[in-house]
Amino acid sequence: MIRLEYRDVTMRFADASGRAKVTAIEGVSFAVADGEVVALIGPSGCGKSTLLNIGSGLYAPSCGEARVDGERVQGPNSHVAFMLQKDLLLPWRTIAENVALGVEIQRRPQAECARRARELLGSLNLADFSHRYPHQLSGGMRQRVALARTLAVDPSVLLLDEPFSAVDAQTRIALQHELAQTLKRSAKTALLITHDLLEAVILSDRVLVMSARPGRIIDEMRIEIGHRDEPLRRRQDEKVATYMARLMERLEIARPNGARAALQGA
Amino acid sequence: MSAASRSALIRRGTAASLALLVLFLAAWEWGPPLLGIPSFVVPPASAVYAELIRMLSVNHLMFHTGVTAAEVVAGFVLGSLLGALFGYLLGMSPTAEFALSPYILALQIAPKVAFAPLFIMWMGFTVYPKILVAVLIVFFPVMVNVLTAIRGVDPDLINLARSFTASRAQVFWKIEFPSSMPPLFASLRIGATLAVVGVVVGELVGGNSGLGYLLTFGEGQANTPMVFVCILMLTLIGGIAYVVVILIERRVLHYVPARPLGGI
Repeated sequence: MIRLEYRDVTMRFADASGRAKVTAIEGVSFAVADGEVVALIGPSGCGKSTLLNIGSGLYAPSCGEARVDGERVQGPNSHVAFMLQKDLLLPWRTIAENVALGVEIQRRPQAECARRARELLGSLNLADFSHRYPHQLSGGMRQRVALARTLAVDPSVLLLDEPFSAVDAQTRIALQHELAQTLKRSAKTALLITHDLLEAVILSDRVLVMSARPGRIIDEMRIEIGHRDEPLRRRQDEKVATYMARLMERLEIARPNGARAALQGA
Repeated sequence: MSAASRSALIRRGTAASLALLVLFLAAWEWGPPLLGIPSFVVPPASAVYAELIRMLSVNHLMFHTGVTAAEVVAGFVLGSLLGALFGYLLGMSPTAEFALSPYILALQIAPKVAFAPLFIMWMGFTVYPKILVAVLIVFFPVMVNVLTAIRGVDPDLINLARSFTASRAQVFWKIEFPSSMPPLFASLRIGATLAVVGVVVGELVGGNSGLGYLLTFGEGQANTPMVFVCILMLTLIGGIAYVVVILIERRVLHYVPARPLGGI
């Protein structure tokens, strides 16, 4: 069963001067099956985030359509929830209240909001902090709260936009592990945007590669390692290097000739 | 800052503050005579205190203070409410802000106290022109701060709420309104002191009640101590208003990390 699908999506924006149109993404089509985790990588400015905003219904595409659970996305809806690099916690709400933001907006019964917040905070080892305020938590913990808030609305699809790029390397490893565990446990479908090639490989079932602007899908790679819920174990797998090499090739980074040319140019 | 070093700071700071007060009062009492300044120019602290006691019975000081305080409260509350209301409305409607901004700017540049004679011509020697001057003077800082706060809300926060299918009203009440609280309170602190200025100017221009009236009365009699007493009472009103705002602010903004100092 397909949870999330992009059909020939093209997005054009007015450029900074407001005169010319810039094509951010062009003719993007792909589908994410139920329970699948797909990573999306590509150079900066290739329209990855735009794709995510279209999926969440915040932007309407210029052409094509996004579908979630078989329905065309025509605006924000409760099937999708996103998480960004910024934790976006509200400083005036306690951790538990922050987690309940989404369910509260969707006007679900208050008892249910509180119960879901409690469960999620428990499973993410944040139960002791539920009455604290965001400024009292570390960056890694805040990002876990943001994950709990995203999961609290029980979405069919999670859209994750570089969720761990603002935390330090050690915290990132711990967060990747927790995300993988949580996704597996709740059998959620996710689209993960990342700059980190290793993160893409160890967290996903499939990696899609986008080109520079205008962004197109230029490669698709199935990750056949297993143990998707154990990124720490996956890191050790010898196949990781092969996948990474192919991704670097596709993204045209660290190609010996290119590197030499860049050095000579400098 | 640890609790221990914080309490040490408070102890030392309070002691130094009190020492300064004593020093100031002593300088006020004995300084002018030593420098040969006549007491009708700078009356010593004791003379001002004696005048305060005299005015309590002879000049209905408490009545006039009460009138001024009431005008300050009315002007401050009305001005803040109107300022906040317009700030939120303009903050949510860029079109309205664009259309109205030249007029708002013009009104903001115009010295508000200059309207006092006009208001007295319109409304007579009542409390209303004084309140109106205070409303006008409090309105702008509050409106500008609220407007800027609404404009400055992180668009990603709004998108987050929208992605949870928030309505426009929900975005306002759950994101924009609470986000505006710190700048709103910053402007209310300014407003609390400005309200006193507005009211006093109104009273100076015309009327027969309030501390501003007593000020001109004292001036007419060349009663310097009386002028000093009025200034003291006005400072007291402004100070109380300011402290009340801070106390409310502490309750509302309880989530803001504690500042190292007492928080003036």
